[in-house]
Amino acid sequence: MLLADKFESLLRLGDNTLILAQRLSEWCGKGPVFEEDMALTNIALDLLGQARLWLTYAGEVESKGRDEDALAYLRDAHQFRNLLLVEQPNGDYALTMARQFYFDTWHHLLLQELLKSTDERIAAIAEQAVKEVTYHLRRSSDLVTRLGAGTEESHRRMQTAVDELWPYTGEMFAPDAVDEALAAQGIICNPGQLHEPWLKHVAEVFRQATLTLPSGTWMQKGGKQGRHTEHLGYILTEMQFLQRAYPGAKW
Amino acid sequence: MSMYAQLVETGVNQLQSRAEMSAEERAFQERVDAGIKIEPKDWMPEDYRKTLIRQISQHAHSEIVGQLPEGNWITRAPTLKRKTILLSKVQDEAGHGLYLYGAAETLGVTRDQLYADLLSGKVKYSSIFNYPTLTWADIGAIGWLVDGAAIMNQIPLCRCSYGPYSRAMIRICKEEAFHMRQGYDIMIALCRDGTPEQKALAQDALNRWWWPSLMMFGPPDAESVHSAQSAQWKIKLFSNDELRQKFIDQTIPQAEYLGIRVPDPELKWNEESGHYDFGKIDWDEFWNVVKGNGPCNRERLRARVQAWEDGAWFREALVAHAEKQSQREAEATKAA
Repeated sequence: MLLADKFESLLRLGDNTLILAQRLSEWCGKGPVFEEDMALTNIALDLLGQARLWLTYAGEVESKGRDEDALAYLRDAHQFRNLLLVEQPNGDYALTMARQFYFDTWHHLLLQELLKSTDERIAAIAEQAVKEVTYHLRRSSDLVTRLGAGTEESHRRMQTAVDELWPYTGEMFAPDAVDEALAAQGIICNPGQLHEPWLKHVAEVFRQATLTLPSGTWMQKGGKQGRHTEHLGYILTEMQFLQRAYPGAKW
Repeated sequence: MSMYAQLVETGVNQLQSRAEMSAEERAFQERVDAGIKIEPKDWMPEDYRKTLIRQISQHAHSEIVGQLPEGNWITRAPTLKRKTILLSKVQDEAGHGLYLYGAAETLGVTRDQLYADLLSGKVKYSSIFNYPTLTWADIGAIGWLVDGAAIMNQIPLCRCSYGPYSRAMIRICKEEAFHMRQGYDIMIALCRDGTPEQKALAQDALNRWWWPSLMMFGPPDAESVHSAQSAQWKIKLFSNDELRQKFIDQTIPQAEYLGIRVPDPELKWNEESGHYDFGKIDWDEFWNVVKGNGPCNRERLRARVQAWEDGAWFREALVAHAEKQSQREAEATKAA
């Protein structure tokens, strides 16, 4: 039972990073300045690297012979465990930055907790990832601040973006039975405990960015359990095309 | 000129003899002949400066536009490892574009001016990027053939006369060698380790990329009016036809190892010359693609223009924020 829960939890970690990396790589060659293009690609590469570590470990825990590619390319939407937030479309650069900022703030807090995991492999992956994510968070916090406090137009776009994605933030902190079982063993932390520090950082950045903290309380949920938005199906269609079109082929 | 900068005007129709040169020009040419690098603060002929700006900026634009055909497959790469490699490669290309714009800026232009000339269609980029990437095998073919051809041209440029360009090329060539290997590695996976269907993808990609790759070296020497001046300035070290022949000689055995054939019925080994003979290149197609009639010219440029226009509000916001920040700092200093 615990192994099944661990597998589930590792898929969540792997799918979050994989799907966000996939979204970010859609920006490649289309960024607003070359330096941004390169920075986003860097972040996509970091997240993709993390996804591969999580999914490889998930496959080992499951012990049914599935490797990172079997898990990434041969599951359908209802078997993906990522947060709804990361599958949301890129939109304009403000929306991409808002998505990144909400995610990075949470991701950084989560990885710091995972450093203490009683599962050594999880702690080791977290240790590698947290260095990268520290930079991601510094960068997205800085950009949200500058765009919020930039021009009238950038302020309007940034406010629209943070409002738009707000309902997808609640899911990050809502524990389910899987989380509770693993938290009881010290393998992961209870996501509920991340809410307060998350809100504190977001509120502080928004204050500097002259953005209004959204106040809505109704939150979308389901990603962690495999109930997604319509967007995920298209992401998978594109990502999985070759593996589906040429079953069993090696690349 | 060839390759990533395929047609560079030198502003000079006929080479000057030593006697016709001014004292400054003679001193400059003597330095070039002695293999001493020209640095940004050194005196240089105006045509040398302008030619270099054109050549380096075309190369930079090619790197930036070149992100698009390969970027097209990042989201569809067949394994996570291949996706990682492709994403890094496309990122390297943006990095190459940046070093090259930096090298051009040492000649007294700004990156924004150069980029505006790309977006307005005034300055070209390598025509090879006006061909589409239709299947995954195209990513292999581009690495193998297009990067392979680029390296062939760029290694000599590491020794070119202009210091900043030469140093940028040294850095770029190291990464290009890795790019070519990853492309050939994709081809090996398809052709030697793959299924018949995968091998057919590779053959189809070779059929489409072979002739455009040969065209990358630029028009035949007999028609390259500006080459003599560039050669004298040591910003072009081998002729288009020499490099093209070298590329063919290198590539045919690689295709044989893969077990796929180049789409040229006239290709055959010439024992006497020690080179491959090859069929006639369709220069009409080449000139049409240069003029804007390639399959993707409009899309490629439109994509870059769209990205630039969509990013305008972002760039303005960063400038506005920096201004507000320095204003606040100035006020704080005054108050203190």
